[in-house]
Amino acid sequence: MEKLGCEKKLINVTNDVSVIGSGPAGIVAGISAREFGAKKVIIIDRNNWIGGILPQCIHDGFGIEEMGISLTGPEYIDKYVEKAKNLGITVMKETTVLKINNELEIFAVSRKGLMKIKSKSIILAMGCREKTRGNLIIPGDRPSGIYTAGLAQTFINLYNIMPGKNIVILGSGDVGLIMARRLKIEGANVKGVIEILPYPNGLPRNVVQCLKDYNIPLLLSHTITSIEGKDRINKVIISKVDKNKKPIPDTEKIIKCDTLLLSVGLIPENEISRNAGIILDDSTGGPLVNQYYRTTIPGIYACGNCLQVYDTVDLLSIHAKIAGKQSAKNAIKGKNHNNYAEKNIIVKPGTGIKYIIPQMINKTGIIDFSFRLEKPNKFSKISFELNKNEIFRGNLKYSNSTGIINMKVKIPNYSPKSILEVILNE
Amino acid sequence: MRKFQIAIIGGGVIGSAIARELSKYFLDIIVFEKGSDVASSTSKANSGVIHSGINSPPKSLKARFCVEGNRIFHQLAKELSVPIKWTGKYVIAKNEEEEKELVKLKDIGIKNKVMGLRLIETDEVNFNEPNIKCKSALWVPSAGITLPYQLTIALAENSVMNGVKFLLETIVIDIKKNNNYFEIKTNKGIFKSDFIINAAGLNCIDIVKMLEEPDFRVYPCRGEYLVLDKKYAFLIKSLIYQIPQEKFGFLGVHITPTVDGNILLGPTSEYIAEINDTRTTKQKINILLKEAKEIIPIIKDKAVINAYSGIRCKIYPPEYDGISDFRIENSRVNPGLINLLGIESPGLTAAPAIAKEVVKIISKNIVLSKKTKFVSKYDKYIKFSDMTNERKSKMINKNASWGRIICRCENVTEAEVINALSNPLGAKTLSSIKYRCRAGMGRCQGGFCTQHIVRIMGEEFNLDITKINLKSNKSNLFIGKTRV
Ligand SMILES: Cc1cc2nc3c(=O)[nH]c(=O)nc-3n(C[C@H](O)[C@H](O)[C@H](O)COP(=O)(O)OP(=O)(O)OC[C@H]3O[C@@H](n4cnc5c(N)ncnc54)[C@H](O)[C@@H]3O)c2cc1C
Ligand SMILES: Cc1cc2nc3c(=O)[nH]c(=O)nc-3n(C[C@H](O)[C@H](O)[C@H](O)COP(=O)(O)OP(=O)(O)OC[C@H]3O[C@@H](n4cnc5c(N)ncnc54)[C@H](O)[C@@H]3O)c2cc1C
Repeated sequence: MEKLGCEKKLINVTNDVSVIGSGPAGIVAGISAREFGAKKVIIIDRNNWIGGILPQCIHDGFGIEEMGISLTGPEYIDKYVEKAKNLGITVMKETTVLKINNELEIFAVSRKGLMKIKSKSIILAMGCREKTRGNLIIPGDRPSGIYTAGLAQTFINLYNIMPGKNIVILGSGDVGLIMARRLKIEGANVKGVIEILPYPNGLPRNVVQCLKDYNIPLLLSHTITSIEGKDRINKVIISKVDKNKKPIPDTEKIIKCDTLLLSVGLIPENEISRNAGIILDDSTGGPLVNQYYRTTIPGIYACGNCLQVYDTVDLLSIHAKIAGKQSAKNAIKGKNHNNYAEKNIIVKPGTGIKYIIPQMINKTGIIDFSFRLEKPNKFSKISFELNKNEIFRGNLKYSNSTGIINMKVKIPNYSPKSILEVILNE
Repeated sequence: MRKFQIAIIGGGVIGSAIARELSKYFLDIIVFEKGSDVASSTSKANSGVIHSGINSPPKSLKARFCVEGNRIFHQLAKELSVPIKWTGKYVIAKNEEEEKELVKLKDIGIKNKVMGLRLIETDEVNFNEPNIKCKSALWVPSAGITLPYQLTIALAENSVMNGVKFLLETIVIDIKKNNNYFEIKTNKGIFKSDFIINAAGLNCIDIVKMLEEPDFRVYPCRGEYLVLDKKYAFLIKSLIYQIPQEKFGFLGVHITPTVDGNILLGPTSEYIAEINDTRTTKQKINILLKEAKEIIPIIKDKAVINAYSGIRCKIYPPEYDGISDFRIENSRVNPGLINLLGIESPGLTAAPAIAKEVVKIISKNIVLSKKTKFVSKYDKYIKFSDMTNERKSKMINKNASWGRIICRCENVTEAEVINALSNPLGAKTLSSIKYRCRAGMGRCQGGFCTQHIVRIMGEEFNLDITKINLKSNKSNLFIGKTRV
């Protein structure tokens, strides 16, 4: 147990369900927990606004599948925030969670002081952060003018600040694509989007709506091999890459610019999960969960981008609802009894599969799987093999991206310690 | 034209250490630094190791000042509240050939009066450092680690408290010698001074040239590093060095923990043409990762959060590297010009000892009288994350901004950012905040905190956002507002 030595100094709170993060995942999960019977639900967020990343996503495209209309980020989240208010859910803003532990205690801090929050269930909904230049180890100088795409979006959309004029974007992730268009609209000269893969990384609709419609060049199978500029960035050197993503000699080209945006991937935010002893999946970057989105610590659930990086908010919300519902059930039942080690199936990504969620199952019946392929595939089949016996075979639609795929599969009776392997058959 | 007794050129660790040592005496001192903050050159980009003295030739100034500097650090770090850890160092041998080198190193160490050296077997190494692969090692208990930029900042700001004047973004352009004083031309006007202390690091030769024909050259030699995420801190506790062997411009990777819990891989060693070419290169990055994996196989590429490089100021050509030494001397042609030349590694370790040497040189020329009211303690940058819960609560009660986390990776609060921005040097770049309170130094590299820092700069300090710089005065962050 952790030694505090000054319990009196802490503000103590007790809840049924505490949610960390007020993005769409946190709000939706919180609402669902309340609707399924949890009495006292609070949502904690370190920002001074509610909604996580959405208030800065002023473009539309949210809720298409879920609600059948295309909303902007702020519009989408407002619908839920309204509902949360009506249900009496408290949101604690400007409150940072520093630590959680396996006794389901949350240690947080705000301008009011340090807090200890006890809960019957905790939902992790911390979102994700962007990969930086350091993660890619791009060689060269270290000047100003290099931003992650999301940070540039924050400055433009929330602070009305223009980061630069002549822009190069590395990575064709959705945030980068959306920012290419956004910067163009603000009058910047977007010189191109550079992508190391032979196909774009973002959603096909974003490639069309953000690049093609605005005549912004997309350079596939290219990468930046050097950044130059002593004070502010003044150019990047790009190269073609081969099949193994290695730069091909003598294909270097110089692009002059004063700004480089990086849209090279998102990393689920799980420092507090890791420190609590929750086991993370190396491929998703998020916690290992079962079909109820419960992590390896009983009573702690995970959803949203801290579980896996979602392409759209729609599927994210559907999953967050389940996490919320289960956290409420757990809170009402009291102690969470079924521990992980007992009679479960381990789910493994096989050939061609990058990752799959849930990674563990401990019930029979219909299970909702979400997974990604290692690379885009044409008309292939996916088979689910329980202890080497195929229990399900699904057809994949043609796709030129590696978006999340959803499949419902009926799990039959099984013996303890079974293995379910998911394989791509071309 | 203001007149000073001492003008120091360069606000690196050397110039700042000298400024602080001299501020113990009744003297009128000014420091010129061309960067937007102190420690803006080599003094921020090194390994941060407090060396023991086993690597310097016996009887050299390097050996003498290194061993003496190492001793002074025990007290100095406490006075200035600069974090220091006496981790010790293992120089590892991978085969029998290298084991012979260990014996030689140990002998040099003994000659240099380095205490506690011991040759040890793999088992003992692995007992303390289970992740290291080696045949045997030399244990050097007196080596330690510190934060070089924080040290330089504390030295500089403590001297300001003791009456030294620091001018940032002030470049010395020319110097003239008049009868018994120097006339120093800068972009901020002309200054007079009795003494000039040339602590301009890689630019030391340029300062000399302003007054006389130099009898040396500068051979810049770059060292590249990779920084690993804190979650790999468990890999090592001590410094892990290899036997120095020059191959492909490479010393054999050093694996160095930092006080903050990151790990550094590097430095490489490569002679380059330009003194300010601090680029990192793909080739060296690959070598660093490859060599590090040979010693610690579980290191992964994805552990890297940043890369940087620093440049050694060598004043001997590569072939004489083994015997090169510092030069600390009062110019014969222009007495009163005190030159510090070739202050490469272990210059950080040696800095406090070098500072005492400079005081000695000056005391031969003027009578120094000690201040009775010298303030030796400096403790401005207290950290929220270091506090007990009780203290945290107290601080928040007094000032609510201690409860507002601005940097999610390092848990830095708004109060700390405001404190960093109100530094006595007047440094106001994003880097100057980062080096004072760590905001932006963690795994997200400023992704979260930058917007809050910019907001605070605007709201609390009334700074024009288009004038906010990353590090130098030309490294603007923004070009303006989207709409007016
Ligand atoms: C630029 C961009 C454009 C997108 N465009 C679309 C689109 O057009 N259509 C679509 O459907 N989807 C889109 N998405 C995808 C999806 O909607 C978002 O990724 C979604 O907002 C993720 O929700 P979340 O709740 O998991 O995370 P977030 O929205 O990131 O929320 C996480 C919250 O947790 C808080 N938090 C984290 N750690 C702590 C802590 N320790 N203490 C307190 N609080 C903490 C954070 O401050 C944050 O507020 C877009 C995403 C981005 C980034
Ligand atoms: C890769 C590397 C690793 C190292 N590792 C270690 C280590 O682990 N331990 C150790 O003890 N030592 C180490 N060193 C050595 C140590 O970093 C240096 O010896 C030390 O930082 C030198 O400090 P300085 O003040 O002389 O130089 P600098 O820090 O370069 O300071 C000189 C300053 O002078 C300013 N200046 C120059 N010209 C002018 C002008 N005309 N007008 C105004 N200002 C001017 C510059 O802007 C600069 O800030 C390492 C060095 C390198 C390169």
